[in-house]
Amino acid sequence: MIVGEQKPLEELWDYIKGHKKVLVFGCNTCVAVCQQGGNKEAEILASLLRMKATQEGVDIDIQDSGIERQCEHEFFEKAEDKVEWADAVLSTACGIGVQFMAEKYPKPIYPGLNTTFLGAVEELGVYTERCQACGQCILARTGGICPIARCAKRVMNGPCGGSTNGKCEISKDVDCAWQLIVDRLKLLGQLDQYEELTPIKDWSSDRAGGPRKLVREDVQHDS
Amino acid sequence: MTAKTPSKLEKVLAAGHFAVTSECGPPRGSDPTEIVEKAEIIKDYVDGINITDNQTSVCRTCSLAVCIRLKTMGLEPVLQMVTRDRNRIALQSDILGAAHWDINNILCLSGDHQSFGDSSKGQNVHDLDSMQLLQTVRLMRDEGKFLGGDDIKRPPNMFVGAAANPFADPFEIRVARLAKKVKAGAEFIQTQCIYNLDKFEEWMKGVRDRGLHEKTAIMAGLTPMKSAGMARYMKNRVPGMDVPDEVVKRLADTPKEKQAEEGIKMCIESIQRLKEVEGVRGFHIMAIEWEEKVPGIVEAAGLYPRPEV
Repeated sequence: MIVGEQKPLEELWDYIKGHKKVLVFGCNTCVAVCQQGGNKEAEILASLLRMKATQEGVDIDIQDSGIERQCEHEFFEKAEDKVEWADAVLSTACGIGVQFMAEKYPKPIYPGLNTTFLGAVEELGVYTERCQACGQCILARTGGICPIARCAKRVMNGPCGGSTNGKCEISKDVDCAWQLIVDRLKLLGQLDQYEELTPIKDWSSDRAGGPRKLVREDVQHDS
Repeated sequence: MTAKTPSKLEKVLAAGHFAVTSECGPPRGSDPTEIVEKAEIIKDYVDGINITDNQTSVCRTCSLAVCIRLKTMGLEPVLQMVTRDRNRIALQSDILGAAHWDINNILCLSGDHQSFGDSSKGQNVHDLDSMQLLQTVRLMRDEGKFLGGDDIKRPPNMFVGAAANPFADPFEIRVARLAKKVKAGAEFIQTQCIYNLDKFEEWMKGVRDRGLHEKTAIMAGLTPMKSAGMARYMKNRVPGMDVPDEVVKRLADTPKEKQAEEGIKMCIESIQRLKEVEGVRGFHIMAIEWEEKVPGIVEAAGLYPRPEV
């Protein structure tokens, strides 16, 4: 899922303080899983901002609403009135939702979150990165552990010389991805694969190739 | 083994001598005086001088510029190149730049993470990794091709090396990792600083068992300790470093004013012992900001004079 972290209140206040009618707008799927940016969190954030407005003596009408996903047109239908009402929206979706809304509505759409990474829920309150959406998955040859997302140097033929006691050179709190890969290959009886050189990666399917687009003609609507 | 390139380092190794290299770090400014002095001090005691590439991710004069300077002084530079700061265009371009000046040695590295240095908020590149850089230099040299497939007019003619850390984890794949570097094209290896000689010898046994010592020239890396404090720092703070307790203790048990001398002595003793290890073909003496000690170490270790090749 997409993991996000709410921006500091002061930063959000700076965005909205010049507006009269502000909608704090939640996105209740991905980011909500890490209890940031869901419809419930949008409601809480709206009350915090109302308190802030009172403290600052600024007259702003701040309301909240939310939908299931801000990255798909159909979900917006039931919230059209609220969005129309506002003269600015503080979206607590990931960066995708914020941009998607900005394309739909000719009014300021501000980000309520810092979109942090694509990750997993290790336990309640602990989220860790797993994927960088490079566009060409290599997990089959790395024991199901991604060195691009999880090695600080995205070394394709690791580990580097900085791996110590299973930890990365950048921090004793970060697992060495290549230690995990080696352990996993051993568990799977595939350690012989380790000696195969991973070829130079084609990064054109990654960010390097420019904005990416996927078209599935087979599922597109007839029109 | 016969030398394939004009590299003096390769010729020394090919003639069956123990090779000796050392390293100098470029300045944090543009004044060449100090690095020229350092090079002058060590030049007659080594077969090649590594010039580090923004080591520990602290921004300095580029390795290539200093290598060119050494080359114009008639010396034998080893261009260190990390994959942290350049994409494949810049890497290949700098390799050609080095070849333009007939720099005949390259050491392919990934580089310390940028968080260690003065640019912790910067990006890292790692378009290629160190093994893929080895493959790239070999492709450019042996096939005369760019990665993109086009021909290179007057390809680079470099002796191609890599680093190896016999002490990093996981230890069980450390020999396999060397095999991978050899497969990727490493003709010489300069190891991480060796303080745990027992563990190094264990690694070398694994290396010999697979015949890797015959496929690549392994140069044992050594850094003399200046003090017990430095030993503790290296033990506790430098990633991938294995400093046994007895090394720290020996220095700590020495009066403070004699610790530097003791450190030099320990370095010389290590070279003496490592000379007996089958498959060790030379020594890479990294006297960090202590280049003036290199001549004494080389002489005392019986590695002077350097052979004429």
